[in-house]
Amino acid sequence: MKRIGLTGDEAIAYAAKQCDVDVVSAYPITPQTIIVEKYSEYVANGEVDTEFVNVESEHSALSACIGASLTGARVFTATASQGLALMHELLYIASSLRCPIVMGIANRALSAPLNIHGDHSDMMGSRDCGWIQIFAENAQEAYDWTIQAFRLSEDPEVLLPSSINIDGFIISHSMEGVEVLEDEAVRAFLPPRSDARAIDPNRPLTIGPVALPDYYFEFKRQQAEVMKKVPPVLERVCREFGKISGRRYGKFQSYGMEDARTAIICMGSAAGTARHVAKALRGKGEKVGVVKLWLYRPFPADELVRELEGLKSVVVMDRAISFGAPLGPLCSDLIGAIYGKLPKLKVMNAIYGLGGRDITAKEIEGIYREGLRMAKAKAPMVRVKYVGVRE
Amino acid sequence: MSTLRELTKEELLAPGHRMCAGCPVPTLVRMTLKALRGPTVIVNATGCLEVATSIYPYTAWRLPWVHVAFENAAAVASGIEAGFKALMRKGRWDQKVDVIALGGDGGTFDIGLQALSGALERGHDFLYICYDNEAYMNTGIQRSGSTTFGAATTTSPPGAKIPGKREWKKDLIGIAVAHDIPYAATASVAFWKDCIAKVRKGIEVDGPAVIHAITPCPRGWRHEPSESIKVARLAVQTRFFPLYEVENGKYRITLPVPNPLPVEEFLKTQGRFRHLFKPENRWMIEAIQRWVDKNYERLVKLSQL
Amino acid sequence: MSAVEKRLGWRKVPPGGAISEAGSSALYKTGTWRSFRPVIDEAKCTKCLICWIYCPDMAVRRINDGVEIDYEYCKGCGICATECPVKAIRMEEE
Repeated sequence: MKRIGLTGDEAIAYAAKQCDVDVVSAYPITPQTIIVEKYSEYVANGEVDTEFVNVESEHSALSACIGASLTGARVFTATASQGLALMHELLYIASSLRCPIVMGIANRALSAPLNIHGDHSDMMGSRDCGWIQIFAENAQEAYDWTIQAFRLSEDPEVLLPSSINIDGFIISHSMEGVEVLEDEAVRAFLPPRSDARAIDPNRPLTIGPVALPDYYFEFKRQQAEVMKKVPPVLERVCREFGKISGRRYGKFQSYGMEDARTAIICMGSAAGTARHVAKALRGKGEKVGVVKLWLYRPFPADELVRELEGLKSVVVMDRAISFGAPLGPLCSDLIGAIYGKLPKLKVMNAIYGLGGRDITAKEIEGIYREGLRMAKAKAPMVRVKYVGVRE
Repeated sequence: MSTLRELTKEELLAPGHRMCAGCPVPTLVRMTLKALRGPTVIVNATGCLEVATSIYPYTAWRLPWVHVAFENAAAVASGIEAGFKALMRKGRWDQKVDVIALGGDGGTFDIGLQALSGALERGHDFLYICYDNEAYMNTGIQRSGSTTFGAATTTSPPGAKIPGKREWKKDLIGIAVAHDIPYAATASVAFWKDCIAKVRKGIEVDGPAVIHAITPCPRGWRHEPSESIKVARLAVQTRFFPLYEVENGKYRITLPVPNPLPVEEFLKTQGRFRHLFKPENRWMIEAIQRWVDKNYERLVKLSQL
Repeated sequence: MSAVEKRLGWRKVPPGGAISEAGSSALYKTGTWRSFRPVIDEAKCTKCLICWIYCPDMAVRRINDGVEIDYEYCKGCGICATECPVKAIRMEEE
């Protein structure tokens, strides 16, 4: 194990390099571009044995990835924002055809107005596409999760695509010290993909047929069930990865939750700020905690309920708006998870950070103070607050 | 291969598919599959052929077949080619697999053109075949970038003010050739020998190949189902759809038509052109004839270069 | 009833909807679509195979050195009758 300086994008590219990817097909888009640039360098220098398909759009990128994945190849791609939106119809097809593609996403706002900075709108627009969706807080996590994602996706029980999400610019372009594994250690953890290929001249399959009302529902019902197989496999993969790296991952990471009255639930880089503020507040005797969600889809509903038992209130931080919906997307998921199980929990939904707007420690402290105030309320409630926007 | 008897009897497309009676697209597919040289995978863009041959749990395909979406057959084919290439290099697969993409004119001329251009530019070793029935037949005969000038479709209906489609057909082969690919050709289901030979050439060249095949549509063109092949033949005999190929940039008319029939002979077989025969619309037939003449002259000149 | 035609529940349908029974459409008999049937006049037939190559439905089958119509699949389009160079195929109303 050695420690090298990498940005979030570079960390994902470096991980993909060590994963002996057979085919990469990608298209440049800020703030993901460094991933495809770095990977192109590895190809040009002969550091990887990969077919790099330099496509003319993200739509074709994911289309080519699906084709390659069906041959039994290990496949990687990366995108962001409008690119992810352009892939939208293929996102559903990739998961439906059970292609274990891994995609790095440097999360970025969606147009209009055009904005290249980080928020979670792009990824939230694809939350129902049947992908495993993982959020990394920093470059180290991005590196570690990329390697774990291949194992998870390619597991014969799973065979679903995964996305590793990092906050655009905040993580994608920030240099950090990242502990990387030896190539051999990654190879041992992740042998070449070996499951039966879908496209096989010796065993001709018809892939992607038409299913009319007499069959379509059964396929979708099955797909819903496959998502349930992800958590146990994820646990196994994380345990094994912990052994080789010393870094233990799971569905989420908690801080101060053993005695917290209120907690913040968030994803991505905001977790670091939240932890920093929680630490300071706990030093002053305030019982506050943080739950940083790594696994967003499939949503770890039951585990989160167990984690939040004992809390008086919770603040769910959404870096996206679900237009016309009563709550932000993450908060909607949480309310669905706790319904009937934590009837007394007061919930605040803090919508923050759109288009790369900074979320400050002071704002987070304000959020905690409000959470603590809500904790004293008698009746349960759900409140939405936009944090950091000019009135 | 010079006689029908020499062609393989094996049918890699099974009966029981649900293409309309008289649709010549399955005929084109049969000819294509009789030209294979080894393990092959078919990529099918969304469209009539895709829908009618793969209604779960029934498939008409007896070889690997993949459908992903409408506009991306060429991109999916790129990925499959790249996948097998990588696996062969790494010793995890040992057979050359030919990749053939099939798309209609909507999936090729219009929504799929970008993906096709990208795949041709990148030089993947695959064959793209466009079966051209000159409209979006799968959704009910809407005009496409391939629909002939003057034709009636459900989105270019001949009305009191506008007499049918106002725009001309795109030159698909011209677009393909502009990518400097090793092989491009037109084909007609009526000329089986020419068609099969071109498919085989398209498979054999190292790099991308494009075949643009005319496949009449009894429903959309409004002719008898029994006349599909006849209409596809008239398209060639009137020089409406000349048969030619372009090998490494060199044009060659593979089936010269020294004494063409007037284009009217082709147009009058089809209800979609019926309104052109009204006295006030005759100018459109003349315009189509001029377009046909100009195109054929262009091809003659190009083949003399 | 063949395995293909069984209406499977969601636990049993194949992942991704992939169909493994290559050519299973043969179980779907399109001959019922037909309102006219092609009949070959063996005396006139020259066994040129033109009807075979143009048939869109694999319904002209090659037997020995000649052909026969497979009425299980023939949709009655009449392409074979139109294309027959010696007019050895006539279309008869069903």
